Amino acid sequence: MYSLVQVELYKIFKRPRTYIAFGAVAALIGIIQFGLKLDGKSYLDFMLNDLSSSLEIDGKILNGYLVCYVMLQLLLVHVPLLIALIAADMISGEANMGTLRLLLIKPYSRTTLLLAKFIAATIYTLLLLVWLAILALFGSMLLFGTDDMFLLKTSYVVLLKESDVFWRYIGAFGFAALAMTTVASLGFFLSVFAENSIGPIVATMSVIVFFTILSTLNIPIFNLIKPYLFTTHMIGWKEFFDIKVNDSNEAIIGSIQNPDKIIKAAVVLFIHTIGFFVATVLVFRKKDILS
Amino acid sequence: MSSVIQVRGLTKKFGQQFTAVNDLSFSVHKGDVYGFLGQNGAGKSTTIRMLLSLIEPTAGDIEIFGLPLAANRSAIMQKVGAVIEKPAMYEYLTAYQNLKIFSALSGVSKTKTQLLQELDVVGLAARAQDNVGTFSQGMKQRLAIAMAMVNDPELILLDEPTNGLDPQGIADIRNLILHLSREQGKTVLVSSHLLSEIEQVATRLIIIDKGCKLVEGDSKELFDTSKTVVAIQTLDNKKAAELLLQSNWATQLLVNRSSDKEIFMQLDEKHLPSLHKSLVEMGIGVLSVKPMHSLEDYFLQITSTPKYV
Repeated sequence: MYSLVQVELYKIFKRPRTYIAFGAVAALIGIIQFGLKLDGKSYLDFMLNDLSSSLEIDGKILNGYLVCYVMLQLLLVHVPLLIALIAADMISGEANMGTLRLLLIKPYSRTTLLLAKFIAATIYTLLLLVWLAILALFGSMLLFGTDDMFLLKTSYVVLLKESDVFWRYIGAFGFAALAMTTVASLGFFLSVFAENSIGPIVATMSVIVFFTILSTLNIPIFNLIKPYLFTTHMIGWKEFFDIKVNDSNEAIIGSIQNPDKIIKAAVVLFIHTIGFFVATVLVFRKKDILS
Repeated sequence: MSSVIQVRGLTKKFGQQFTAVNDLSFSVHKGDVYGFLGQNGAGKSTTIRMLLSLIEPTAGDIEIFGLPLAANRSAIMQKVGAVIEKPAMYEYLTAYQNLKIFSALSGVSKTKTQLLQELDVVGLAARAQDNVGTFSQGMKQRLAIAMAMVNDPELILLDEPTNGLDPQGIADIRNLILHLSREQGKTVLVSSHLLSEIEQVATRLIIIDKGCKLVEGDSKELFDTSKTVVAIQTLDNKKAAELLLQSNWATQLLVNRSSDKEIFMQLDEKHLPSLHKSLVEMGIGVLSVKPMHSLEDYFLQITSTPKYV
């Protein structure tokens, strides 16, 4: 198994396509950081428009923590496409090249091969998120410095002490890793049905877009299925930035407003990941390799 | 002689309508270069893919090295190498990197020097560090063979290995097959739709058409130019075949199944009058006895129209 995973990672990181995702993430983060560095004040004025008359805010609001949060909100919607580029190609790409049949005549079971490929796709996903964390979090901390984190939610504001933020990012990136692994497992599953990469990549994105629309639509009939859609829970990382308050309405340092929501979201994502992988194995074990 | 491959009643249906392989039985003995002959679409590749467990049979049994394939796949595949149809490899990697990957996947630990030596055997040492995407079809085919051989297999399956090759490439593959068999004692199953290719390397062969076995036997006997292949038409071919099988002519029957339209035999042309006489004595109503003067005529004849029930 170890050598199989090694071979799969070797193949992934020898492909130029792999680095498109890393390059795209770096370019997007660089542009956002550049824009905020040059014109962050205008962005803040726009963001705080309704509050500026009722709140007086001291300190460095546009700090590395806030910049990272802004970027995560934007990027974690688009990263699934970059994940799908590799995960949805893991089987279909091999079928397209004809190498799938060569892999399957080696002395490993199909399940073992799939597991190795899935582990490799997951490692790629995690590395992409580590890359995102390095650039978005550490890069922004270096460029913008650190301070307390001021977040504007739909109907309230959250103020997190500087010392109470970093661990939340660790949690948020951990959660995002789980969500992106679910995306990878979906791409991996769809990859079984095709003999070229384009179909499963487009299909993965289509499923995510379709489910995301269902998750966000406020139509009562869809509320029944929303809790079961993995897209509903992909934004669960934001829960790490909601803090509990005591009876005096003071923030409790180190707390999370709704930890059960995070756990529930993580369980739903985990079940989907396992479900997609098991379905992949069941389909692939019976599949005739005609490519 | 021990069988390396033993196939019984192998059948593959795609959907309800199409039967790609139909009740096929054959055996490949140790040390054979076994020719697998048939026209395009005859079921050769489907059969080879079933032997490699890439396709699940609808019915039938496959034993390789005396072990049932389905239950012993991993153990069997450690001793098998294969090139399946057009060569497939990672075009963004070099020849050396491709070979290294398949060496690792085969569970074989080889040094760089050893891998380069193996590339040298197929004439690719000078291009070892070049991306495979820049290779010609012939070079890819040679690399595919090196990849199939990297685990030093006892059994090698080559599916149409000369497709797309120039005459020199075809000759190289032929020499390689002969070398593997004679010098290294490997068992080789090689498929082709060209009789002339099989004729030059095979020790035994099978001819299939529309998924059915037409003939299987020793190449020397089948290619014996002193004998003629004879196509016989009678009023009742099934009954005629049964009677011939019980007679002194049984050993000369090429096809041991009843035929809708013809029965094939291989015999010295001078024995044709006696055959005719025997048929009449057995009460068989003979419509025609048609000699064909080469196995190629015979191959073309039997693969051009549906024959067997």
